[in-house]
Amino acid sequence: MVAETSPEIGGMGHSVKRKEDARFIRGRGNYVDDIVRPGMLYLDIVRSPYAHARIKSINSDAALEVEGVLAVITGETLKEFNLHWMPTLMSDTQMVLPVDKVMFAGQEVAAVVATSRYAAADGVEAVEVEYEPLPVVMDPFKALEPDAPVLRDDKEGKTDNHIFHWEVGDRDATDRAFEEADVTVSQDVYLPRIHVASIETCGCVAEFDSVTGQLTVWMTTQAPHAIRTVFALVAGHVGLSEEKIRIISPDIGGGFGGKVPVYPGYVIAVAAAVVTGHPVKWIEDRIENLQADSFARDYHMAAEIAADSDGTLKALRIKTLADHGYTDAACNPSQFPAGLFSICTGSYDFQNAFAEVDGVYTNKPPGGIAYRCSFRVTEAVHAIERLVDVLATEVGMDPADVRKKNFIPADAFPYQSVFDWEYDSGNYEGALNLAMETIGYDELRREQAEKRERGELMGIGISSFTEIVGAGPSRHFDILGLKMFDSCELRVHPTGKAVARFGTKSQGQGHETTYAQIIAQELGIPASDIAVEEGDTDTAPYGLGTYASRSTPTAGAAGAVAAGKVRDKARAIAAHLLEAEEVTEDDLEWEPGRFFVRSDPEKGVTIQEIALAAYTNHPQGMEAGLEAVSYYDPPNLTFPFGSYICVVDIDKGTGEVHVRRFVAVDDCGNIINPMIVEGQVHGGLTMGLAPALYEELSYDESGNPLSASFVDYLVPTAVETPAWETANTVTPSPHHPLGAKGIGESATVGAPPAIANAVVDALSHLGVRHIDIPITPDKVWSILRENGITE
Amino acid sequence: MIPGQFEYHAPSTLDEALALLAEHGSDARVLAGGQSLIPLMKLRLASPAVLVDLNGVDSLSGIEESDGQLRIGAMTRHSALERSELIASRYPLIADAAAVIADPLVRNRGTTGGSLAHADPAGDLGSVMTALGAEVGVAGPGGARTLSIDELLLGPFMTTLDEGEILTEVRVPQPEAGSGGAYEKLERKVGDFATAAVAVQITRANGSCSAAGIGLTAVGPTTIRASEAEDALTGSSLDDDALRAAADLAAAASDPAADLRGSEEYKRDMVRVLTLRALRRAVERAGG
Amino acid sequence: MTQIEVTVNGAAQQIDVEPRLLLVHLIREDLQLTGTHIGCDTTHCGACTVLLDGVPVKSCTVFAVQANGSEVTTVEGLEQDGALHPVQQGFTEEHGLQCGFCTPGMMLTSVALLEQNQDPSEDEVRQAISGNLCRCTGYVNIVKSVQHAGRVIREG
Repeated sequence: MVAETSPEIGGMGHSVKRKEDARFIRGRGNYVDDIVRPGMLYLDIVRSPYAHARIKSINSDAALEVEGVLAVITGETLKEFNLHWMPTLMSDTQMVLPVDKVMFAGQEVAAVVATSRYAAADGVEAVEVEYEPLPVVMDPFKALEPDAPVLRDDKEGKTDNHIFHWEVGDRDATDRAFEEADVTVSQDVYLPRIHVASIETCGCVAEFDSVTGQLTVWMTTQAPHAIRTVFALVAGHVGLSEEKIRIISPDIGGGFGGKVPVYPGYVIAVAAAVVTGHPVKWIEDRIENLQADSFARDYHMAAEIAADSDGTLKALRIKTLADHGYTDAACNPSQFPAGLFSICTGSYDFQNAFAEVDGVYTNKPPGGIAYRCSFRVTEAVHAIERLVDVLATEVGMDPADVRKKNFIPADAFPYQSVFDWEYDSGNYEGALNLAMETIGYDELRREQAEKRERGELMGIGISSFTEIVGAGPSRHFDILGLKMFDSCELRVHPTGKAVARFGTKSQGQGHETTYAQIIAQELGIPASDIAVEEGDTDTAPYGLGTYASRSTPTAGAAGAVAAGKVRDKARAIAAHLLEAEEVTEDDLEWEPGRFFVRSDPEKGVTIQEIALAAYTNHPQGMEAGLEAVSYYDPPNLTFPFGSYICVVDIDKGTGEVHVRRFVAVDDCGNIINPMIVEGQVHGGLTMGLAPALYEELSYDESGNPLSASFVDYLVPTAVETPAWETANTVTPSPHHPLGAKGIGESATVGAPPAIANAVVDALSHLGVRHIDIPITPDKVWSILRENGITE
Repeated sequence: MIPGQFEYHAPSTLDEALALLAEHGSDARVLAGGQSLIPLMKLRLASPAVLVDLNGVDSLSGIEESDGQLRIGAMTRHSALERSELIASRYPLIADAAAVIADPLVRNRGTTGGSLAHADPAGDLGSVMTALGAEVGVAGPGGARTLSIDELLLGPFMTTLDEGEILTEVRVPQPEAGSGGAYEKLERKVGDFATAAVAVQITRANGSCSAAGIGLTAVGPTTIRASEAEDALTGSSLDDDALRAAADLAAAASDPAADLRGSEEYKRDMVRVLTLRALRRAVERAGG
Repeated sequence: MTQIEVTVNGAAQQIDVEPRLLLVHLIREDLQLTGTHIGCDTTHCGACTVLLDGVPVKSCTVFAVQANGSEVTTVEGLEQDGALHPVQQGFTEEHGLQCGFCTPGMMLTSVALLEQNQDPSEDEVRQAISGNLCRCTGYVNIVKSVQHAGRVIREG
């Protein structure tokens, strides 16, 4: 169990107010667009109006005439340095700027460098590009047809648009289980292309000192250290060297996965800074952000379940087509082209399962990233949680009962899934029971039956999800070969205050507060006395960054381990300080903030006294100082889970779905800061609501984006968003030093199927079994109309 | 997103504004609340060479009743309509609509006259003023003139205002006893343009409908007056059958285009649903 | 260039501006008050919200020249003599912010709401802030923050 700390210390379990708020509420945050450097220039980008076209010519003459415009950079400029293409994290290739053809509408075509933001925009207007349109491939299924145009003709020998095939499980055994099953259900489930749309867009300021060769880039990145190494590897041939590259990730206005990739704009800005010798700022606008930055999802899944007639699950089979756009720029661990999709057996005890994913090229922007989830977990959870409901209807059972019947039992953990994940801990029935009690499930079912009699449409939806977060153990997880550990460097000062630096980077999660609480928990130094720093590669220890709910499982654990090392040394110093009492280290007991003599608890020394001694009175033969470093390689992932229940009412006239209530029961193991955890759940739920009912990146047949601004990309406001109700169960992770699991993304993963299940449930008496998200009013209206229901 | 360059003028009187428009001819555009024009300029979908900003012309703002009319100055902000006790107590149709235009911050800048002169078929006030049978006052080099709302709204983003003219005010007939109105808007989220919206205003006299106005938002190339529905209602007893019949006729009068908000069929049916809802509320407000 | 006179957070400023300069860029770049943010191009997100003569507006959709003769309040103007505005207190106490990017705009809209209504209901707060997008908090705690600020104001 976790030791209790006083509110003054503010260790785990305390809702400590956030340290970072002091600057944010005063407008004193430091986001990338707030950074101004002497002599700074501005970069703006010319983008393609075509989804697929050959570039016949680019004429910069008029642009160079514009007052303030200094340079126009094209693919030809970069080609001189062999920087016109760059590798993606999935070992594909992506254009920085094209020399031959463009592959999606909104793609970067050229860049204008000018003395002001306004002049750069004028310059972009003046660049003349002549295009020859080429046939466009938007439908991923058509992309695989034999006569489809081959999009990646830049790749020698490429004869189709297929990117990869990935599969997991025993296909034959699964097929046999299906043949032998009493009941099988199948459902096509599409998770559409969506966009994280963090309120801050992406951008950078690049500064290059031609004398020293020092490159400093302030950029919106969730993974500054990996970016530094990538820059060194990709641009080593033009003289960039890793010891002279400094990536600074300042305050970030929301990430959600969208600030993991290296976008062409960053690279062009760096090139521009090198070429012009001036600092160069590039800040994309919202339309560029939605048009060109990495998408999430876009999974076409054909899912099937085999079961006994009593609802016992026997086998799962999912075949998926993944539309990656023109290049596979997914941000997955290297060995996982489909991310962690193999969590798709969910919270259930399947004995047989088989899943396969094929990636395909189309004329859409590249991706995909996570949209606040751990590498395709949302896709997996949506498929299984929808299918369980389809099965429940098929066998005539309440969806809660089907779930309870098939949950991995609480006493079966650690549990080895058929896809070979070791689920660390769980109590799925406990979470579902709490959710059902909280919302009053039985009463709602009665109300629904009455309303149905009266012709009113009300639905109740459940989602009992399991996530897989905290990538990850080095034996499986790397990005471009970099193992996915994370780190903490902890230094306790003579006055008992501390600074802790981490390899991750907060984008709103509150690391400055929760990490301080972790150190406080382990050392008893008040959280308010611990400064937390991240994001500067010159000062922070190497780490793989913040995404996929990995910060607490990896860097948080590193913090605990580093603090443990400090405590070990502190114990030795304590024994030294208590020498007069004739005690050894073995005679000392620890309570948060203090070592004391077991036999005489009044006698002891505080961590602050020990810290001072570490610099002023350390034992002979011991190195001075009180600091430690931990590079934490997690032994396993963590498996947060929860059960969500959603109640919807449907407007029969308009087809609008109104979320009346939504109860979220989450279990993320031991909780560091309950206030922050609840806030993460609120935000995650809203980013689950959004794709369930509102958001989609749509394109017309010619490849024009139809939702490339906030006019049509529908980020929910406070009015659409319900008053979320949250609760927790606590099932500690057995392997995490603090028993904690990641929580930032559970709700994004768990909410969409709860909402979709509720809508389908409201319409189930009409024979409706599935609706693809986003469930828009017109989709619901069409269903109602087909069934003769109207106002 | 950066607008192109332009020359800027901020007159403080209507006469100065008219003189500036006369001086710059087709190069000039009037800037009212700017909540449509400025985004269009940032997207460089509009690049006027000269802007004549009316925000300093105080005489163009205000809400008052006089001479049997409600007069709304062209530069009256949507939020002023939303907060006006006069509007809330006597013009519920306008109050309904003012509360659902765009979002609260946009309503703090956006203006009645700007909205009507922009003539966006998805603009809420076009159909409201159509239902109310409003007219607009226009000032121009040739003097002042009056246009009915139907005469003003010509097509998508097109009005019959001539070059150099300024829409100065909107005049709404004061409601007779037994009048009621309502606005029903279906939007995907706050801040969205309507998927469809319907403005209705009815008057009941001696147990039957003596006048009816129905305007449709966002379901055609311009604001649509559902004339046949109005005619069918007029003289009816405003019973539910009559309302349903009118709703069907309003749907038939719509001419929507499919987009991300839905199909033509969907939008047409939404006109029916929203018209029926608006009529029921209007009848209730008219006193049963 | 046009010379304008604008009072920002109580300080009168005379500045030469290009007519097309957006108010948000005047604030962020000429006046270096970077607490006001930019999140979209289409007047949807409200990250750029400031008070213009006391009224919350999206400063990306107002030209700087239009602020001539006006008073502008930005987030930097909320704290008075070292005392946080009740809205700033509310957002801290109720965890009304995460990444902090929408926060200044959200707070200024809330300040204006509370000027009109010191005891807003949940629905009134939600309506009032519906022109400001937040991607992190799910709004629940923003509503609580505004109501918290209302209590602080009412209790003096």
